[in-house]
Amino acid sequence: MSQGLLQIAITLAIVVIIVPFFGSYIANVFLDKPTILDRLATPLETTLYRILGIRAEAEMTGWPYIRAVLYSNLTMAIFVFVLFALQGVLPLNPTGLAAPTWDTTLHTVISFITNTNQQHYSGETTFSYGSQMLGLGYFMFTSAATGFAVAIAFIRGLTGRPLGNFYVDLIKVITRILLPISTIGAVILLLAGVPETLAAPAVVQTLEGGSQAIATGPVAHFEIIKELGENGGGFFAINSAHPYENPNGFTNLIETVALLSIPTSLIITYGIFAGNKKQGWLLFGLVFIIYVGLISITAWGEFVGNPLVNQAVGNNLVNLEGKEVRFGWAQSSLFAVSTTGTMTGAVNALLDSFMPTGGFSVLFNLFLQIVWGGQGTGTSYLFIYLILTVFLTGLMVGRTPEIFGRKIEKPEIALASIILLVHPIAILIPSAITLAFPEQLAGVSNPGFHGLSQVVYEYASAAANNGSGFEGLADGQPAPTGLWWNLSCSVVLLAGRYIPIMALLLLADGMRQKQLVPETTGTLRTDSFLFTTVTGGVILILGALTFLPVLALGAIAEAFQLSS
Amino acid sequence: MSILRETTTAIKVTIGLWVITAVIYPLLILGIGQLFPYQANGSLLRNAQGQVVGSALIGQPFASDRYFWSRPSTTSYSTADPATDEAGILKTGVSGASNFAPSNPDLLERVQETIVTLKQAGIEPTADLVYTSGSSLDPHITPEAARSQIPRITTARSLDPNQVEILITQNTDGRFLGIFGEPGVNVLRLNLALDRI
Repeated sequence: MSQGLLQIAITLAIVVIIVPFFGSYIANVFLDKPTILDRLATPLETTLYRILGIRAEAEMTGWPYIRAVLYSNLTMAIFVFVLFALQGVLPLNPTGLAAPTWDTTLHTVISFITNTNQQHYSGETTFSYGSQMLGLGYFMFTSAATGFAVAIAFIRGLTGRPLGNFYVDLIKVITRILLPISTIGAVILLLAGVPETLAAPAVVQTLEGGSQAIATGPVAHFEIIKELGENGGGFFAINSAHPYENPNGFTNLIETVALLSIPTSLIITYGIFAGNKKQGWLLFGLVFIIYVGLISITAWGEFVGNPLVNQAVGNNLVNLEGKEVRFGWAQSSLFAVSTTGTMTGAVNALLDSFMPTGGFSVLFNLFLQIVWGGQGTGTSYLFIYLILTVFLTGLMVGRTPEIFGRKIEKPEIALASIILLVHPIAILIPSAITLAFPEQLAGVSNPGFHGLSQVVYEYASAAANNGSGFEGLADGQPAPTGLWWNLSCSVVLLAGRYIPIMALLLLADGMRQKQLVPETTGTLRTDSFLFTTVTGGVILILGALTFLPVLALGAIAEAFQLSS
Repeated sequence: MSILRETTTAIKVTIGLWVITAVIYPLLILGIGQLFPYQANGSLLRNAQGQVVGSALIGQPFASDRYFWSRPSTTSYSTADPATDEAGILKTGVSGASNFAPSNPDLLERVQETIVTLKQAGIEPTADLVYTSGSSLDPHITPEAARSQIPRITTARSLDPNQVEILITQNTDGRFLGIFGEPGVNVLRLNLALDRI
């Protein structure tokens, strides 16, 4: 057991070491300070602005920024929808796949443009190399960059700066962060065994004379941006558990660090923007503690194993159902908590088959949305909790609530409440509808308490823009419940993405226009240990209590059932 | 900005970023892949005649007493009988998992059947041999699972156990830097090595 814990600890240490450097690099990029990539990126960006007709110096206010996000995302979505609809006649389709059904296409486009990558299909049998490379891989850059740009606009507004220009930030995220790291990362993964080819699947005669089809494709370039952009949509059905997506302990380390690097570092970036690094590190520490707690209970559950199976074998076995030998219980647990916490949604072990402690942790992550959180949005939500805590504590001690020297008033609280309320509404109402028609709509594959978790998980994953799943659920075509899942999840995906983004931008725009209130001895400081602890309490009460009944009936009940 | 101008910018950006991230970037990596054909093409293994017999990264199913057995797989390692392959498995290749919850009675039932099979073959039921893998293509078994199959192999092939033990060590993929991941015995490579003796 100690060896397993050691590799988890060292992986986390690597992340903590990267964070201050990467966090200040990101801050330098968006504060227009010199960075090492200037000589390469600046000419490229200038050329792009000229060709694309972007006036880089033109700042956007709230609504123009929102319109730019919506128009660009809609255009990209229509473009890729057409690409998928024409899959049957487009090139790079060595297995001769026809276009997917309209509802699968719609759900997939919405799922990828919202940075979710929820997949109601199997990569091998549904999308051609062309669709994966030219459509899904494209969204992996642009959807990640969209969330990232909004996060930068949000902290700019919160600290009294102009929001910036959406297109400039969108391009900068790609040219200075996602693309350079992906290029290096893709080559490293390629060298470590992840394929990158346009050749058709090989059909081989096995040693015992059977016929085996080995699916392959241009995986390496796709894999790295899948993790780095917190996308998570697997090239193959079984995602990062597939030996071609994640062949060994080395690639697994690269992928784990890649998916954690941006949301962890962005908290430090926010601290730099606010001129208060301590604030950043305190919030980092708060999230880190929750994160380590969830990893611990998940890892413990997998290590102890399934009591029913242990009894049948007459021996204590770790739970390896749905897990690969090369990752074992430790790396599988770490990956599961990291991927659900960061809203990546890639899996290197199947979440449905985790013990209830693991099921609890991954659901808990989706409900909270801030255990690092989605690309850009996670850090923004963390600061929304900070604003709410300032408001609550301000009420308690009778002081005017203010953050970074600006007053928090009614519109800010209204917008912050919208951001927090969209989540339970988008999860619980569709879950209730679906569970009311278990035969016609739900299509759960596991009996009992776990079946409830499967349904709630799917909507929670959609609303949080995560994309992972309790994949036994019959959520895709040609299952009879596929149409319902595709359409209902599409609505939840859109609500979970664009309503909070609009609210974040309006909130930031409002804060930007406020007068700076000079700091006095009466100012409530947000960068203290005590205040951070209270923030933690607010997060747990507001974020988790809403969903406690669901957790109690799902994962917690299943745990009691297994142990009895 | 008028709606028309905003839409035009959105379309231009859509296409501009598409060219960079979906065309130039993958082509660059594909080009670099040409320099490393073994990895880029999926680490395919060939026999003495140059025929592809599998991939070093993808497992294969084994049932005979002359071979080490792999882990149980929900897709039988993406294999199918060409004569009856109505699902088109051999056209695209597949991956998949059981997705059984720990509380699912079907899981327990399957595990019990597996235990019986393993015990009949004289193999100690270890976690990797009892549980199905994540991808259904797992190329590895644990070193313990390999060692408990040694008597079966040495009997069927009339080999010295020490010789087989050496082959297991040679075909074990260790942890990265001795720290990350778990050691696994690559079953296909091990069985190919057995055939070469």
